[in-house]
Amino acid sequence: MFQAFQQRRWPLLLLWVLIVAAIVAAPSVLPVFRLNLLGRFLSLAIVALGIDLIWGFTGLLSLGQGIFFALGGYAAAMYLQLNSSAGLPNGIPEFFSLYGVDSLPFFWEPFRSPVFALIAIWLVPALLAALLGNLVFRNRIKGVYFSILTQAALLVFFNFFNGQQKLINGTNGLKTDVTVLFGQMELGSAEMQRGFFWLTAIVVILVWMVLRWVVRGRFGDVLIAIRDDEPRLRFAGYNPTLFKTIVFAIAGGLAGIGGALYTVQSGIVSPQYMTVPFSIEMVIWVAVGGRGTLVGAILGAVSIMYAKSLVSEALPQSWQFIQGGLFILVVTALPEGVIGWCQGDGPRNLLTRLGVSRRIGTYPRLEMDAKEEVNS
Amino acid sequence: MTTALLELRQISVSFDGFMALRDLNLSLKPGELRAVIGPNGAGKTTFLDVITGKLRPTEGDVVFKGRSLLGMPEHRIARFGIGRKFQSPRVFENLSVRENLALAVSLPKRPLSLLTSDLTATQRDRIDHLMEIVALQQRANQMAGSLSHGQKQWLEIVMLVGQAPDLLLVDEPVAGLTDEETDLTADLLKSLAGDHTVLVIEHDMEFIRRLETQVTVLHQGHVLCEGSMDQIQRDPGVIEVYLGATEEAA
Repeated sequence: MFQAFQQRRWPLLLLWVLIVAAIVAAPSVLPVFRLNLLGRFLSLAIVALGIDLIWGFTGLLSLGQGIFFALGGYAAAMYLQLNSSAGLPNGIPEFFSLYGVDSLPFFWEPFRSPVFALIAIWLVPALLAALLGNLVFRNRIKGVYFSILTQAALLVFFNFFNGQQKLINGTNGLKTDVTVLFGQMELGSAEMQRGFFWLTAIVVILVWMVLRWVVRGRFGDVLIAIRDDEPRLRFAGYNPTLFKTIVFAIAGGLAGIGGALYTVQSGIVSPQYMTVPFSIEMVIWVAVGGRGTLVGAILGAVSIMYAKSLVSEALPQSWQFIQGGLFILVVTALPEGVIGWCQGDGPRNLLTRLGVSRRIGTYPRLEMDAKEEVNS
Repeated sequence: MTTALLELRQISVSFDGFMALRDLNLSLKPGELRAVIGPNGAGKTTFLDVITGKLRPTEGDVVFKGRSLLGMPEHRIARFGIGRKFQSPRVFENLSVRENLALAVSLPKRPLSLLTSDLTATQRDRIDHLMEIVALQQRANQMAGSLSHGQKQWLEIVMLVGQAPDLLLVDEPVAGLTDEETDLTADLLKSLAGDHTVLVIEHDMEFIRRLETQVTVLHQGHVLCEGSMDQIQRDPGVIEVYLGATEEAA
């Protein structure tokens, strides 16, 4: 604690105290409707943390995180659908009868088990990300080509899920809110939603802690080195393909967890989670919050989504314009994002410009160089 | 004859019919310091690309420590003991000097061991020692991007040394350095030879002379001649293709 103050990291510490306090206070302050929204936004923050890992630290801009998000959501929804369809004809979810399907498609079977579903939520997206990522990375496809490929993959998945009525109810998606869990409670009930809020908040903080551990040490240095100069890193004896595949899989798995938590709180998963604008929105959260700052990803996701829901209630048509404007503002004026700006020289420069703080007389470097001469 | 550490056997590289290297033969003994010169377009950098696995030769074989390097990916060649310094300094600008060196000395360079283990005390001492060699201790926690051009060159050279390679390939280490820095770099490279085998590519004749070592002249992707600096400067072939044009510089 004392060390944190010494290193002038106390603003960040304060931020964390505020975040935790807000999370603890939220269930008793907010009405269930708002609490549910906050819970959803926190699940999106998990996705944003993954994007920050691959984009902010490693420099991989993925425009296809919606794939993994939706896969996690579908995995959760399939289990919940099966769970509530035991009393129905054939014991299979209701929508199947609409399309004349009377036996469960084979890949639904294992989702009867809650343990399998819990594992599939993160493992399926992570494995898919590892596979896709490895194919792309081993062929040394980088930069904007990687982004285009991920977006193309997103479109493929979107169209596939949209068209498969007989397998996963196509464009209608899978509903989860009427499922009964733990005996009596419906998933959509206030108690369950409160529980999911707590679960999501805990997962966000756990994920943040794990990622901080990942990016702090030499592993994180390798990621930054990949972002800065990947060929050079190869000649230092590292295999960037392996590192990139690993972080892309982690980000995919996190998107899956976020997707599952989002699905149970919104009550439905549908191919709409795989639209192009939604995946781009995810990237904007991280850009606005601050690439390479994990707190920035969380705050970016939650605050932009909260602004979106407030603005959409007041002025339904205007959100797209505001979001676009926000993105342009960040790209031109705050390339480091809000948190990145606060951590850098931003606040001091602003104070100087406003005349509150005094301009620094000399180059800080000059002073340092002078000290070195004395020492040598 | 002692066995060579590195042997290039009849290497040819063709880019759509243009022969960047043709029938190149070269062998380096352990502990040797070798300078390679040649006019622009002589194939100096291509030849490093072949050794480090960035480029696959059209014909020929590269043998290092008795093993062919053909088809090995770059990072395996690097782990096998070949370090390369690039023409313009390439350090990781958003990492501190210490972190740059930590990446170089870390072993093994696998994801899991990087996550779960810390630098050993020996590795930490080595990092301190390497910073001392090039007088960067004061800058240990400064971002490498904020170093001067010469300091970046040196940082990159000690990063190479930190990798503990058997062979160091150094591409134009003194481009853009002051005279004083050039002299220090020459001394540094000379002190590295012996423990390591060092191959230096340079344009700067004065610098090559200071290395006091065997020189290989490349011309149009081919070895034109080999010998000491004085022998080379008397060679009529070399005078014609290389020194003839830049006599006053030599």
